[in-house]
Amino acid sequence: METIPTEHGLILAGILFVLGFIGVLTRRNIVFVLMSLEIMLNASGLAFIVAAARWGHAEGQIMFLMILTLAAAEVAVGLGLIIQMYRKFQTVDISVLSEMNG
Amino acid sequence: MSLLFYLAAFVAVISTVAVILQTNVVHALIYLILSLLSVAVIFYVLGSPFAAVLEAIVYAGAIMVLFLFVIMMLNLGQHTRDQEKKWLSLKGWILPCLLAGVLLFQLVSVLSSYDQNMAPETVGVLEVSALLFGPYVLAVELASILLLAGLISAYHLAKK
Repeated sequence: METIPTEHGLILAGILFVLGFIGVLTRRNIVFVLMSLEIMLNASGLAFIVAAARWGHAEGQIMFLMILTLAAAEVAVGLGLIIQMYRKFQTVDISVLSEMNG
Repeated sequence: MSLLFYLAAFVAVISTVAVILQTNVVHALIYLILSLLSVAVIFYVLGSPFAAVLEAIVYAGAIMVLFLFVIMMLNLGQHTRDQEKKWLSLKGWILPCLLAGVLLFQLVSVLSSYDQNMAPETVGVLEVSALLFGPYVLAVELASILLLAGLISAYHLAKK
């Protein structure tokens, strides 16, 4: 079985992270922003798995499990907030939230 | 195995680009599931079968179904799709893409000097679980508290 260079895995994680970052910066629909955040979290998990594969350790997978837990909790809270926002403003446009002077 | 990695990486990048370019929310979600599944294939190739299975079950299964439920609840429809098309102008994309491209260039140039291969052995469920319920048991407890907090706050926020 031929081996894969570590930097290719890390570069893939970087590309996915940057794509998610572009999504967060450019989209105005809050559902898309949350999806892009998911992409970014997934990319960081991929980086941990690549590191685990580099050293042949199990700690990277444990860190991935923690990221998975974080993503699940974040999505639950974020979707609850989206539902509340839709009830209040009847839109998913994040620029309406700028009138919250806080 | 190496070919499988590059193929899955290609699918993951293309479907992620499709996610951030889509105007229909449900189509974007399906593309995101495709991206997550291809990342699961990459995990399997890299010798982490437990992480691959969790990625497919928890990410592509549970979290995406949660997204789908909320999108169905919001019932966005044609009006939002037209609005999305209007928002997807080229003008708003140039600066973020430029900045992100600079970041990616720096990352690639730093990483390309790092020349080492990945260890080909598989780390199975046994090793992960032995660590998870051995030295990292406190992290598991903290994760359960985090999930409980997420559950309570989601219940509270989504309540009328």
